[in-house]
Amino acid sequence: MMNEKYLPLLATIAVFVALFLLGGALYKHFLSTQVLGDILADNAFVITAAIGTTFVILSGGIDLSVGSMIGFVGVVIANLDLAGWHPLASAALMLAFGLGFGALQGLIIDFCEIQPFIVTLAGLFLLRGSCFMINLDSVPIHSPFVEWFATLSIPLPGEGELRSSAVVMLVALAAAIGIAHFTRFGANVYAIGGDRTSAALMGVPMRRTMVGIYALGGFYSALGGVIYAFYTSSGYPLAGSGTELTAIASVVLGGTMLTGGIGMVAGTLFGGMILGLIATLIVFNGTLNGAWIMIISGVLLFVFIVLQRSLVGSLRLRGAA
Amino acid sequence: MTARIEMTGVSKAFPGVRALDGVDFRVEAGEVHALMGENGAGKSTLIKIMTGALRGDGGEIRLDGRPVQIGGPGDAQALGIGAVYQEVNLIPTMSVTKNLTLLRQPRRFGLIDWRAARERARERLRRLDVDIDVERPLGSYSVAVQQLVAIARALEDDTRVLVLDEPTASLDANETALLFKIVRDLKARGLAIVFITHFIDQVYAIADRISVLRNGRLVGCAPTAELPPPQMIALMLGRELERAEERTAQTPSAVRGEPILVAEGVGRRRLMQPFDLSLRAGEVVGLAGLLGSGRTEVAKLIFGAIKSDSGAMTVAGAPVGAASPGRSLHLGIAFCPEDRKAEGIVAELSVRENIVLALQTKRGVFRRLSHSEQQALADNMIEALAIATPDAEKPVGQLSGGNQQKVVLARALASEPRILILDEPTRGIDVGAHAEIVALIRRLCADGLGLVVASSELDELVAVSDRIAVLKDRRKIGEIEERAINRQTIIDTIAGPSS
Repeated sequence: MMNEKYLPLLATIAVFVALFLLGGALYKHFLSTQVLGDILADNAFVITAAIGTTFVILSGGIDLSVGSMIGFVGVVIANLDLAGWHPLASAALMLAFGLGFGALQGLIIDFCEIQPFIVTLAGLFLLRGSCFMINLDSVPIHSPFVEWFATLSIPLPGEGELRSSAVVMLVALAAAIGIAHFTRFGANVYAIGGDRTSAALMGVPMRRTMVGIYALGGFYSALGGVIYAFYTSSGYPLAGSGTELTAIASVVLGGTMLTGGIGMVAGTLFGGMILGLIATLIVFNGTLNGAWIMIISGVLLFVFIVLQRSLVGSLRLRGAA
Repeated sequence: MTARIEMTGVSKAFPGVRALDGVDFRVEAGEVHALMGENGAGKSTLIKIMTGALRGDGGEIRLDGRPVQIGGPGDAQALGIGAVYQEVNLIPTMSVTKNLTLLRQPRRFGLIDWRAARERARERLRRLDVDIDVERPLGSYSVAVQQLVAIARALEDDTRVLVLDEPTASLDANETALLFKIVRDLKARGLAIVFITHFIDQVYAIADRISVLRNGRLVGCAPTAELPPPQMIALMLGRELERAEERTAQTPSAVRGEPILVAEGVGRRRLMQPFDLSLRAGEVVGLAGLLGSGRTEVAKLIFGAIKSDSGAMTVAGAPVGAASPGRSLHLGIAFCPEDRKAEGIVAELSVRENIVLALQTKRGVFRRLSHSEQQALADNMIEALAIATPDAEKPVGQLSGGNQQKVVLARALASEPRILILDEPTRGIDVGAHAEIVALIRRLCADGLGLVVASSELDELVAVSDRIAVLKDRRKIGEIEERAINRQTIIDTIAGPSS
């Protein structure tokens, strides 16, 4: 028997497939692994960050510091590159920083009982401000390692290829799925998002879990930042502006409820790819204004939220009857 | 002999209230120990300290003679103290398996082994004779099933103490019998069981020993056989009380006026078959039926909290178009819902704010009640209903269950309704408050209010109703008038062949 748990995920995949087929019907060469590989590579950093955001939203919270983290990580890596650091060393440093920064946010949220919205908004300003303290302009990364890394790819059947950034993202996704569905920490995240008070009464370690959730969010944002810096071979203080909102959109399109407790990490991959696919469709068209990307994304987001609402409504009603 | 669990000198103070004052409480292994007391007597606080949900201000806890520190619910579970609370405290959005195995999922190579987890969940439920699909979200099951799942969760292999806080509040007779069978099994296995209920019959059916709390103090502790009901209730209340509620002489029908509410063919597909119902001023119409028969649905359809898809209603002769809660309030219909926690109170708001909510809605945004008017209204209600709160500004969430229910009632009354719908007005409420609320219902009718009361307690319905509508399987199957009303006629109607 079909479990309603998978309905949102299936809806997301159906929309993705439908959009992809629509593109194939409209444009020659659209229906190819090349387009698919490009979408994965171009959106790898957003999707990676959105994976972290998925945990935060599953717990009923929100993380607004994602975009600034991406910018900050890029700027620091670029400057450390100038100072002669190996990119992998600086990347490791920034991943640790993301983990620590997120953990701190989680600690403040739990310890001071402040809404995640405000705490992570402060994080957003703090990190973005720090970017501008370091640099006002884009700083190129000249490391041969980064150049080599950007050329790495796995060939796909057909013309396409899976570039290194996409591979990193997919590995990160696999790890996240493991954490969400096969660890006690993951189960605790769902419990807190489903009903905070009950979760506490059932004995879920609240502080440890909350810190862990935001630490994971920070780590994945930082990883998104590393992917972006390597992919663009530069550190730009404005990089990732607004990415936190794209990440949230990806999570919601992926079938995760903003109220927490319901959703799947795998959905976020498709949510992010749908947004990428819309952009690609508009670009393929060539005559449509770029503004349509946001408009169509907005409409789709709206439709999805209404869809989820009715789904949960029917669940509650049956429970009450 | 050392007790399984022994609490000595336990105290707890909340701002303005001394909830527990040097209470000693001990439960032996293989004993069912009923913990009794009025609302606000300190039962919940004592239990929460035992299960780690609260920390006591002083006192000592010993488990099998060994002093233990219980810092949180996790500690309590690790020590083998399991609890099932009055309101189901599980995660409705998660599957039954996940709820049953949270924090102790079987693992292989560090990762959760869901196949084993499902098997463990099924096995736990089998012990309680519950056979459900463990992969579906818990929220999609009825409250009774959720309650059984909660009990299944509290039962570990190494559970030494099991606390059942009003476990039978939402169970029907069969489910209660099943639960008692399980409790006896557990007792035979040497568990210490703490049982809290407001059903006095159930205490005498299952408990070996009774402890009574009043105002945060232990006022009595004796084997069940040595503490018959009148004495126990006297201990609980601090005064003698007639237990049985006799059917009082009701106002003869002749003095009652025209119907103030007429519902014809009102229903909603899949929730409730169309039904007719009328209500006159000063009359109490009871809604009787088993769990899931449609009592709550009828109440909500009349109030407009559930939109009907058939039929029509008139209030005082005027047709009601589309019923909605806001419109109902304007028409003078007030509603006290069954699920206090989810639908009744706004826990974060103060007693005063909760009480004025409905009246303010009725008046609209532009005719705001001044602070002094609100204050006066709240003080009146607190006095009239004897709500136990230090002042009107205390958040409702901090009051005890019975007092929360009174606040809900106060809010409904504050809007000066002509028709009042009470869904399970005495659920989770102890004897004293129960009697007060029944008395209040009678007083209200004498003032010309029309009342609809839905209740799972037949005695309560028999005591207050002028007429009883009997429901079965989401259909109205009959009405019982005046003199014919007693337990037996209701039971016969429900048991009779459904046409």
